[in-house]
Amino acid sequence: MSSTAAPDLAISAPSRRGRLRAAWPWIAMLLIALILPWLFRDYAHGRDNGFMTAMFSQMGMMVIFALSYNMLMGEAGLLSFCHAVFFGFGGYCVAHFLNAATVVAPLELLPLAGGICGGALALVFGAMATKQRTMAFAMITFGIGELAVTAAIMFKHFFGGESGITTDRQNAWSLFGVNYAHGLQVYYLIIAWTLIAALGMYYLRGTPLGRMANACRDNYERAQFVGYDPRMVRFLQFALSGVFAGIAGGLYCITYEIVTYDAVNAPLSGNALLMAFIGGVGSFAGPVIGAILITALQSGLSLMSNSWLVYVGLLFIAMVTFAPTGITGILRAHGPIARAGRLRALTIPYLRLLVPCLLVLLGFVFLVEMLSFATIGAAEGKTLDLFGVVPDVHAATPWLATLAGTAIGIVWLRLEARRFLVVWDALMTGLAPTALR
Amino acid sequence: MQLLLNTLLSGLVYGMLLFMLASGLTLIFSMMGVLNFAHASIYMLGAYFAYTVSKYVDFWAALILAPLACGLIGAAIEVWGLRRCHVNGHIAELLFTFGLVFIFQRAVMMVWGTLTVPYQVPASLDFPLFRLYGQNFPAYRAFMLLISVGMLLAIWLLLKKTRIGLIIQAALTHPNMVSALGHDVPRVFTIVFAGGCMLAGLAGVIGGNYFSTDSGMADAMGPIVFVVVVFGGLGSLAGCFVASIFLGIVQTAAVMVNGSAANLFGALGFPLNIPIGGNDLLGEILTIPVARVAPLLPYVLMILMLFFRPRGLMGTRES
Repeated sequence: MSSTAAPDLAISAPSRRGRLRAAWPWIAMLLIALILPWLFRDYAHGRDNGFMTAMFSQMGMMVIFALSYNMLMGEAGLLSFCHAVFFGFGGYCVAHFLNAATVVAPLELLPLAGGICGGALALVFGAMATKQRTMAFAMITFGIGELAVTAAIMFKHFFGGESGITTDRQNAWSLFGVNYAHGLQVYYLIIAWTLIAALGMYYLRGTPLGRMANACRDNYERAQFVGYDPRMVRFLQFALSGVFAGIAGGLYCITYEIVTYDAVNAPLSGNALLMAFIGGVGSFAGPVIGAILITALQSGLSLMSNSWLVYVGLLFIAMVTFAPTGITGILRAHGPIARAGRLRALTIPYLRLLVPCLLVLLGFVFLVEMLSFATIGAAEGKTLDLFGVVPDVHAATPWLATLAGTAIGIVWLRLEARRFLVVWDALMTGLAPTALR
Repeated sequence: MQLLLNTLLSGLVYGMLLFMLASGLTLIFSMMGVLNFAHASIYMLGAYFAYTVSKYVDFWAALILAPLACGLIGAAIEVWGLRRCHVNGHIAELLFTFGLVFIFQRAVMMVWGTLTVPYQVPASLDFPLFRLYGQNFPAYRAFMLLISVGMLLAIWLLLKKTRIGLIIQAALTHPNMVSALGHDVPRVFTIVFAGGCMLAGLAGVIGGNYFSTDSGMADAMGPIVFVVVVFGGLGSLAGCFVASIFLGIVQTAAVMVNGSAANLFGALGFPLNIPIGGNDLLGEILTIPVARVAPLLPYVLMILMLFFRPRGLMGTRES
């Protein structure tokens, strides 16, 4: 008995050292974020790498956005398709604050103003949407999202119609006397706000509201019996997540100095879902990882291929089908094995799995790119170059070879996956009970 | 009068097309609890298939083959995709179809290109059927109406008068009981999903050449169909029908109305002195003609409906 009681105590009251150990990946991440732009700086010419800084800035605001989405999806079990509406509205509001004759707040605090505006709009829409849960909620939010986009394109006075609202961040004054002429200065502002927003959302998870959101997600009837109104919990959670989305939108406006209907559009709402889900909705780290990964994929892949949406869509479908707990879920599944110190036993099976995986991936990429080139790319006068191979899309041989390669890869992968599962199950059952806990 | 009649007829055609899409969506949803996000993508695929078939054979072959192909795709999605996800709950199934949207979207571009394809009304149906107050009524519109009414009758007969319809209806509410009675419920699910996709494909075949066949047609149609389903009430086929016709007529009629809210206030004796276009957002909303806000109307109606009657027109369940 005593052996099981001790760890329980440790969980209920973590020591200072335990807390520090839990926090070190976050501290390391923050430090990396702080020095990252300097690693890509062109010291010979004394210039920052603009593309990289822009991408890291985008990552920062997407981390806030994905985390705020997870307040709905992960913590309250609400599948929203209108999250970009609050993001974009925050952005529009900040653009108007910046364009006003007197800017009411310093630039550093404008994202907060965007957050308040986003939260206010979330109060309005949340009052309608949170009457329902699950599927009906998803459909209503989908409708709200479409409503917002259509309105943003239609009305010129607030949304600027199709061309959007342009602004200049240097209209505002600064608390610290920084002029924000460089992307790097904005980047550090984004990092600061990402930290503040992430801490805020982490804190909210532990509050009674956050706990009740979890309870209503898992069993809303029981939550009702305890005396809470699940609708009220959903409503408050929805409004709060709108605040954080608005903060991210404010940062978006400050970074790009233009807000168009793209900022409220359905693809951005879908992106929030992709980021949170692929990262893993079950943990706080999941959306962060998802946001960084998806933003990197979008920036990197969209440069390389026009068909990047297919790859992201396929990654998403694969995750939904085979790993619904996301990347963090996969990592967490290794926990018991790692605690038992048997992780090394998985190296060879993973390597064996990697080979057919790469084959299938390569075959699929070839297929998509060749197909895409045959109909779109060739007309645009591009040349097809796949990892140094230049296939002739009008001949039969490359197609047959690709199809055969993919088919072999799939069969091989299935066989390997079966073997892998055997090893995995053996490892899991072979563990000592204490390690499994 | 002539305007009214013409509007009503076009609205009816559009409404029936909406119903063809929404009925499949609502059947799938009420039976399997799956909200099929890819439904409009299947509609788009139906139009593209019909274009290809009518290019090589003719329109009448497309009318049969394209919905069948869409039904097969639907069956494949159900058997190889949704069943795997089913263990993880309905949300996982929804997310699966959500991922399919991206893939279909890009796949259509990869196969047929990014431009609008010249999918046209067949020559044998491209003539004015009759003249109505000096305006031609195209035969193709009558044909669309015929097909959709035929489809409506077929669904109704299938659900109410046949054995499989009886089982489907029973499986809607009591899947476990139906399963216990020895019926293969998963197969019924596959049939319903394939059937819904077939209807969407059929809508694509007859809608693709009436509107236009391009890679944006799924994005244009999807949200409206969702609105129809929510407006009519989740899980209600009758509500879905009423909502389709109502929204179809409202959207068509709105384009004809040139007045604005400010005009209405003026007519009621409270003239607002706002220039057309307004000086701010409120002024703009008040003075914008109804014809220009037509795309917005379905969503506004949906939100109004949810505000006053959260379960929709004839919905059977709250959530």
